[in-house]
Amino acid sequence: MAAIKPKHQRLVLALIALAAILAAGALATWALRNQASYFYVPSEIVANPPDLDRAVRLGGMVEMGSIEMEADGVTIRFVVGDGTARVPVRFKGLAPSLFVEGSGVVAEGKLAKDGTFIADNLLARHDENYVPRELQDMTEHQKDAVISETVGAK
Amino acid sequence: MHGFANPARFLRIARWLTPLLLLCGIAVTAGALALGLLTFPPEWIQKDAVYIILVHVPPAWLGMAGWMAIAVASLVELVWRHPLAGIAARAAALPGAVFTAICLITGSLWGRPTWGAWWVWDLRLTSMLLLLFLYFGYMALAGAAQRDGGSGRVAAIFGMLGAINIPIIHYSVIWLNLQHQRPSLSMGNSAIDTVYLWPLLGAMVGFSLIFGGVVLLRMRAILADQQANARLRRKAMAGVGAGAAS
Repeated sequence: MAAIKPKHQRLVLALIALAAILAAGALATWALRNQASYFYVPSEIVANPPDLDRAVRLGGMVEMGSIEMEADGVTIRFVVGDGTARVPVRFKGLAPSLFVEGSGVVAEGKLAKDGTFIADNLLARHDENYVPRELQDMTEHQKDAVISETVGAK
Repeated sequence: MHGFANPARFLRIARWLTPLLLLCGIAVTAGALALGLLTFPPEWIQKDAVYIILVHVPPAWLGMAGWMAIAVASLVELVWRHPLAGIAARAAALPGAVFTAICLITGSLWGRPTWGAWWVWDLRLTSMLLLLFLYFGYMALAGAAQRDGGSGRVAAIFGMLGAINIPIIHYSVIWLNLQHQRPSLSMGNSAIDTVYLWPLLGAMVGFSLIFGGVVLLRMRAILADQQANARLRRKAMAGVGAGAAS
């Protein structure tokens, strides 16, 4: 058998090593996707409720028309949904300025016995879409057309 | 391939390519940033904070591209022993680290008004911070090899191993639910309205040209440094020889 040139041997070894470490990185992220997620979505909370005294994060969309201020003026109630499940949330304090209906939110807190999520901290969450404010003044139909044009086939 | 590894030929090309890249890069970047500042309408949720995209996404791309350049150059250095590959890897480390730091800083300034937090420990932010520390580690290893006359092979292996972090940074937001949103730009697909998209793409091209120019500049500086050192060594040897003869 012809001897392999040392250069080619090094190349094969190095390429195997490079492929192995890139695959290891991808696999590590993939394998950790349950533990390494920053928050649970409502369907996960509903299907598999966390222990009542365990601090968890709940993330999803603030349902349209769901934000209500309680009589004390500092406690707000709203519903976080992900399209399949919805979780009512209660939060006492100052919400971030970008906390609005129809946008993303990550709530830190605990699940109460009655299924309400008691949040002690709120983070707003931006999605990957960047839409100019002018779209807000359009009719729903125009807006949908522009947004679907921008977002494209996903 | 070997033709480009010839330092003399490289220097001939780099001499005019360096200022060309830097000047074009500064012009394109300035144009893109000016266009963005003049034409960006407020975004419907985050309002004026959307300007920060221009100084967050391009540095993020170059922080990651910089490490991939180090990994590929390290591979070439280890396999073909090209003298220029190791120099290119070392030259890319500092600008890569600077862009990673800019990405982290502008991201933090963006997070405060949009998320309501300067920093969160989700995997995207954490792996990007790790990338900055990897750059520091690489620069320390490469610098030590340079100072103590080592081969630089340890730094090259570290550069390849560190590439494990790049898919983690990229796929973390796709595979996991994180505070950081999913990528807005992917191959041939954009979730960014065109009014924001074109200045952003311009800034990415401009920053990349500057990155390339800085890498060439640093490669030339490293080569000049090596030549000066070699000359000093020859002089010292000649001096020792003359001293011994007298």
